Amino acid sequence: MKPRIGVIALQGGVSEHLQMLHNIGCATVAVRSLQDLDGIDGLIIPGGESTVLIKLLLRWQLITPIKELAGSGIPVWGTCAGSILLSSEITEKSHKVNQPSLELAAVRAERNSFGRQSASFQEELTIKGLDSPFPGIFIRAPLLYPLSSEAEVLCSVDEGAVFIRCGNVWLSSFHPELTDDARIHRMFIKEIVIGSQPGH
Amino acid sequence: MSFIRDDGTWKVKTGHAQMLKGGVIMDVINAEQALIAQEAGAVAVMALERVPADIRVQGGVARMSDPDMIKGIQAVVTIPVMAKCRIGHFVEAQVLQALDIDFIDESEVLTPADEANHVNKWNYKVPFVCGATVLAEALRRIAEGAAMIRTKGEAGPGNVVEAVRHARSVLGQIRILQATPFEELMSIAKNMGAPYELVKYVHENGKLPVVNFAAGGIATPSDAALMMQLGLDGVFVGSGIFKSGNPAIRAKAIVEAVSQFNNPEVIAKVSTGLGEAMVGINISTIPENERMADRGW
Repeated sequence: MKPRIGVIALQGGVSEHLQMLHNIGCATVAVRSLQDLDGIDGLIIPGGESTVLIKLLLRWQLITPIKELAGSGIPVWGTCAGSILLSSEITEKSHKVNQPSLELAAVRAERNSFGRQSASFQEELTIKGLDSPFPGIFIRAPLLYPLSSEAEVLCSVDEGAVFIRCGNVWLSSFHPELTDDARIHRMFIKEIVIGSQPGH
Repeated sequence: MSFIRDDGTWKVKTGHAQMLKGGVIMDVINAEQALIAQEAGAVAVMALERVPADIRVQGGVARMSDPDMIKGIQAVVTIPVMAKCRIGHFVEAQVLQALDIDFIDESEVLTPADEANHVNKWNYKVPFVCGATVLAEALRRIAEGAAMIRTKGEAGPGNVVEAVRHARSVLGQIRILQATPFEELMSIAKNMGAPYELVKYVHENGKLPVVNFAAGGIATPSDAALMMQLGLDGVFVGSGIFKSGNPAIRAKAIVEAVSQFNNPEVIAKVSTGLGEAMVGINISTIPENERMADRGW
């Protein structure tokens, strides 16, 4: 059976994830309410504006259900703003900011780490588990700092991490959904398929 | 091993616009309004000296905002800050880039500086958004380097009719182009005055190669959801928020309506108890030479 992947669809780069998931043979759901989370095998929180996304998740009462979903072992992946929302601590210019989050990964996310849009960039990335470079697209991106040994760094740029796995929770500060390269989406789906096999 | 880092690329510019989708970009004239907008859930703010409704009333030449005011807004919010330059005023655009603005709006709301030419937007690291009333105009702006398109609407009157007209015009022409046989594309490109490669892109993909937002006259949560249901990617709200009775509540309601634009129950709920909307003007009562949507070429 096709894996069924939800993408939080309240604001941001939603259609790009849906398209890429569709291209690699997944069933997709645009998640706007509690019912949309029913029966999904994995969840993606897209890029967008983190301050807006958290407000809307709170407003439409999706925080607890997403935490329960992740707690039950369903893989959850946040890209850019999504990675900020999954982090247990959020800072800007190294100062703690008062912004609620899902707190699903022991990671500190430093918001707008590179600066404003003029500092947004593209760079080839060396990622653990991929045998050739991956096109990294960073847009007003955060840098990620692991706060426990559970958080495994898969890729770093400058002094911070840009791709972290924390059990079934994935955080990337770049945008694989804006490229033509589906390898990280495939990695995510592979995780789901393996996780759902009997005896696992 | 280290790789080359490229900034200001087309991908990074259009990607930034893609991350604004499903969001509300709000006009603000000072730091206090910017904070209210951010608190309400704006995805970005547009820093300008006077909102279109006031430009219309007060008249005079409308120019790029005072850098002091822009910096004051940048200092208090963490969301992207946009600002407007006059059509064709490439030095105002240089100044805005020097101020580290996140997005430049080459806008017909300001008094045009060039009657024939727009800014060469490829020269900048900062992405640009431009207005368009028809598909050919949108494609010309994209060919000049615009990373985002918006309808022009008719800024200031709080009347959504022009935004709807331009949205229907652009989206309708896209649908027609999609259904057009390939061999007719060159002739169409010639007649509409748009680059062939972009005409071909629209034919093949059924959409613009950049994000397309609604702007002009959006004053209520229903107005915003209307533009989203018509098929646009997000909305700009100008005078509609800070010219209304209760800006903070109305701004939040518009953000919430856009996030659930297909859900009438939600829109009904968030539309309740908003206080007075801005008064609004009928477009037909605006003299033709004062209509902003006709500016740009």
